[in-house]
Amino acid sequence: MSPAMASSSVPALGKDLVGLESLSQEQILMILDTAEPFKEISERRIKKVPVLRGKTIVNLFFEASTRTRVSFEFAEKRLSADTVNISAAGSSVIKGETLVDTARNLEAMRIDMVVMRHGSSGAARFLADRIPSNVINAGDGRHEHPTQGLLDLLTIRDHCDRIEGLKVCLVGDILHSRVARSNIYGLLKLGAEIAVCAPKTLLPSAIGDLGVQVFKRVEEAIEWADVLNVLRLQLERMEEGYVPSLREYNRIWGVTARKLELAPQDLLILHPGPMNRGVEIDSDVADGSHSVILNQVTNGVAVRMAVLYLLAGGQPGSAEAAKAETGS
Amino acid sequence: MDKNNRTRVMDESDVHGAVARMAREIVEVNEGTDGLVLMGIQRRGTQIAALLVSEIERTEGVTLEAGFIDITLYRDDLMVVGPRPIVGESKLPSRGIDGQKVVLVDDVLHTGRTIRAALNELMDWGRPQFIHLCILVDRGGRELPIQPDTVGQRVDLLETQSVEVHVPEIDGALGVEIVTMNPGAV
Repeated sequence: MSPAMASSSVPALGKDLVGLESLSQEQILMILDTAEPFKEISERRIKKVPVLRGKTIVNLFFEASTRTRVSFEFAEKRLSADTVNISAAGSSVIKGETLVDTARNLEAMRIDMVVMRHGSSGAARFLADRIPSNVINAGDGRHEHPTQGLLDLLTIRDHCDRIEGLKVCLVGDILHSRVARSNIYGLLKLGAEIAVCAPKTLLPSAIGDLGVQVFKRVEEAIEWADVLNVLRLQLERMEEGYVPSLREYNRIWGVTARKLELAPQDLLILHPGPMNRGVEIDSDVADGSHSVILNQVTNGVAVRMAVLYLLAGGQPGSAEAAKAETGS
Repeated sequence: MDKNNRTRVMDESDVHGAVARMAREIVEVNEGTDGLVLMGIQRRGTQIAALLVSEIERTEGVTLEAGFIDITLYRDDLMVVGPRPIVGESKLPSRGIDGQKVVLVDDVLHTGRTIRAALNELMDWGRPQFIHLCILVDRGGRELPIQPDTVGQRVDLLETQSVEVHVPEIDGALGVEIVTMNPGAV
């Protein structure tokens, strides 16, 4: 970059953030770099900058969420946007309104952005192709949870100073996890080596196609990895017969202090939350020296501020233009 | 190839001379260095502020508080649709700016819009006793009622001309150049 161009602009992100699969390495690094200066804003006494003043953002949550929704809301408010929260319970959704109708009605009230969590994989893309507002995926079914993937990348980079060449193992329910998918896409693009470690019932059958290694024992994963990302076991999976019992899951697949005895001092442990203490992760690990779980939460706000800032600059945004972009 | 016509108006020793004079003026006007905080505007204002800080520390035998400020998120052209400018880092001095005598430092003063943004940002950070504006090169062309308190050099420029301040940390050398755009190159 020549000095004369120093205060230049960043490469465009597009209208929406649906997943990390469709982003380039350059775009992912740009989001992480943009998140850095946003960290400091949350440390100020007045935690607010006027960058999204006058923008209206709807947080449309069809599934339960505390951390992600609150994190998005803090990010939006610290950028001075006006926000509205809609959750499925208590909205017209339970009266049978379709997703597109809900979105079009919101559009009719002149909104600028939608942050959506939805139970169906592909819901974010579906919506993004149909409305001119920016759409940010806050988790869609088993597909992706891109801002979680980004905040994991940022936290790993903060502590290891790099991502390229790192060995990262995802432990737990890979099959149902959108966090796993976003992690795998993001980490692979930034040059990390990835492994997964899970019972066979919780692994996608085509896991090999993603270019990741598979460990059959947590102890092996711990020995191999620089970073463990421990995924939440959704408790309803037990009733569905994916795991025999929580106690057995913890004994074999849980990350416990005893299993960490062989781990190097600087092994990093992440968890996207909410944790099942004593199931996939033990309390003394979650609160121990390897854990960066609360750093993830802090970084989540900064990453979401960065994504909002970058998307709000906007393209000459229309659903048609967005379609044309991704249609090829 | 750079088709633009460049004229060097200040070399390294000219800049050091201007900095020394501005440093004296800052100390004089504030009757000392008590409560003095220098805040550079990113990016090159930060380097000019650092030169002023070391000059004042050298002549007065004190240690000064300093910080820097990135005004990107306070720009008045952010609502324009287009790619986003890169956001830089900001750093508040350790004791904050409440009740402090803040000297805001930038390399070039032109429209005044950057200074407007910086003033808004500083006000969100606290309530300084006052804010003075210190500029290495004032090139005129104001679009807002903002004037500097301390100036290194004034230049009169045509619309087709711009002024570039070069600092070692970013450009490899210290100096000021006037760039005249070649009409054929536009």
